[in-house]
Amino acid sequence: MHQPDAQPRPSIFYDYKVHPFRSPPALQGTPDAASVAIVGAGPVGLLLALRLAQFGTWSVVLEQELQVSHGSRAIVLTRRSMEILQQAGVAPRFLQKGLPWANGRSFYRGQEVYRMVMPHSEDDRFLPGLNLQQQYIEQYLVEACEASGMVDIRWGSKVIALQNEPGGATLRVDTPAGEYDLTADYAVAADGGRSTIRRLMGLRMEGRAYAGNFVIADIAADLGLPTERLCFFDPEWNPGNNVLVHREPDGIWRLDFRLPEGETAEQALEPARLSDRIDKILAMLGKPAPWKLDWATVYTANTLTLPDYVVGRVIFAGDAAHLLPIFGVRGANTGVQDADALAWRLAMAARGAPAGLLATYSHERVQAAREICEEAGKSTRFMTPPTEGFALMRDAVLSLTLSEDFPKDLLHWRTSRPHFYADSPLNSFPEENAAFAGGPGCGEPLANVRIGPDDFLLDHLTEPGFHLIAFASSAEAGPDLADFLRACEPLPLMRVLVAPAFGEDLRALADVCVADPQGRVAARYAANAGTAYLVRPDGHVCARWLSAGADDVSHAFAIAAGAAS
Amino acid sequence: MNPQTSTSRPLIPKRLDNAGLEHAYDLIAEAMDAAPPEKRTLFLAKLAFVLANLVGDDRQVAQAVEAASRDL
Ligand SMILES: Cc1cc2nc3c(=O)[nH]c(=O)nc-3n(C[C@H](O)[C@H](O)[C@H](O)COP(=O)(O)OP(=O)(O)OC[C@H]3O[C@@H](n4cnc5c(N)ncnc54)[C@H](O)[C@@H]3O)c2cc1C
Repeated sequence: MHQPDAQPRPSIFYDYKVHPFRSPPALQGTPDAASVAIVGAGPVGLLLALRLAQFGTWSVVLEQELQVSHGSRAIVLTRRSMEILQQAGVAPRFLQKGLPWANGRSFYRGQEVYRMVMPHSEDDRFLPGLNLQQQYIEQYLVEACEASGMVDIRWGSKVIALQNEPGGATLRVDTPAGEYDLTADYAVAADGGRSTIRRLMGLRMEGRAYAGNFVIADIAADLGLPTERLCFFDPEWNPGNNVLVHREPDGIWRLDFRLPEGETAEQALEPARLSDRIDKILAMLGKPAPWKLDWATVYTANTLTLPDYVVGRVIFAGDAAHLLPIFGVRGANTGVQDADALAWRLAMAARGAPAGLLATYSHERVQAAREICEEAGKSTRFMTPPTEGFALMRDAVLSLTLSEDFPKDLLHWRTSRPHFYADSPLNSFPEENAAFAGGPGCGEPLANVRIGPDDFLLDHLTEPGFHLIAFASSAEAGPDLADFLRACEPLPLMRVLVAPAFGEDLRALADVCVADPQGRVAARYAANAGTAYLVRPDGHVCARWLSAGADDVSHAFAIAAGAAS
Repeated sequence: MNPQTSTSRPLIPKRLDNAGLEHAYDLIAEAMDAAPPEKRTLFLAKLAFVLANLVGDDRQVAQAVEAASRDL
């Protein structure tokens, strides 16, 4: 019998709520079935459930614990994650608590050798990074799931066995009140890095694990430093091993450093040794302030992924699907993109869309994970040189940066970014796509554009589903544009019209009207009157035409909705 | 955290783009790993001499030697 810990986890800043285990009807003998069952209430499982609810699909979330994440774990959300959370309707809550940032500084031998400035333009609503502890990320998602009324989160429910059959998956669930079976049309393994489902199915991840252990320690201290990422290469007290410092809400600081070769996790977490090192880091920061430890752990860097995320009726997402280094904040942010890419397809599959649609999720996201492994591998080679040769090169570059500028960019590890699904099977009309002189191409996420004070293009596209963004050049629709928009009306998508101003007739032709008086949206999208973009529910472009016709839109829609091309 | 700034002025212009620099970084690292440990210094001396010949300019070679000698 599964006995989850019912004591609130200790923390000096976060008040853990212990959610009650509720005995499901199946334990009273009523058969239990769900359209979608999600294993794991981490950020990925919860966001998936929330997005599914927005697409009108019920789900059951099975979580072995009774409370959210132990420790702050993933603390940085990227701009793309914030855009996705905005679509999910929860961004304000995150912004209220989180700490936004855009810059970083790197030091070597007491000298600032690199200043990282992450790209940010006035067209972006969100800054490149938002620091927020994973407890809050999960809490806000749990609350939104509960408010949706379409997510059944079952706390204290541990999946211990699984049958993957052609028509659905049956999960064996162990609870404080005994075991039961839950049958689902689709089961999603969002059960984290040590995925039970992955193990039960005997699936192996591909890629490599890097040598070297890192310590993460969260401390409460009054350091009075701004929100930016600090990096110290090769500090005197820990030769060859880097230290990272991040600010978190509630007066908490994340210290992250690599252990000397040969030291074990147990040795590193010995209180005396850990506190000596924390003192040394604070001294290095020039802030020898009193501090209190909240949580500390040890992790290793991996670049591993499953080769396929859809196996029969079981679908993998987040850390269950891939394990990525946290340099460049890839763990949770990649999982957020997985959840967003999966939700709409799963909602459509649950309503009978062709099975091929789910296969495209795997196609896109495995490729994204492989690219990340490749990129992250480069950063990881710099942060934790795997051999003597790489260690010497790292030392050479660091030494050169003290007087030379040319190698400084090598000190920057690439940060998690949105992926471009350029060769997605859901894209169509490649020639029309290539005819554009700019704007987001097929497979790319929509580009945000500032249209006014506190008003951005993406703010207008929060309806769950496909969008057709069409452009007009005046307040009146010409006959062609009017015919086009009318002909698109029967398609299950939102017609968004961007125009400099709106006459009454023009307004009546669209579901969403975006006034673009300065033509900033049209310019960013390289659009003329009659140009249209077809956009998937996860905000990626799947077709675009300089001059669109309704038959083409209908054809492109069918392809993107999973009918074979 | 009172960063001091280096007093030496940069001597080396940036000729390779970042991808090129990364590629060279990997190539040299792997070649060092391939050399027997006791021959690594010999390998690096040969490499530097070969590159000097390829640069084909006394003054630039001298600047490279000076840049590499700093902050050891
Ligand atoms: C110690 C640690 C430190 C980390 N630090 C960072 C960091 O600093 N920065 C960063 O970007 N990322 C970090 N990560 C990674 C980040 O936390 C993950 O990438 C992120 O949480 C992935 O989300 P997920 O939803 O896929 O998995 P998880 O958050 O791991 O969620 C999985 C959930 O599934 C539940 N579960 C597991 N098995 C079962 C089962 N059999 N039945 C029911 N429920 C089950 C678990 O209890 C858990 O709630 C860290 C991870 C760990 C473990």
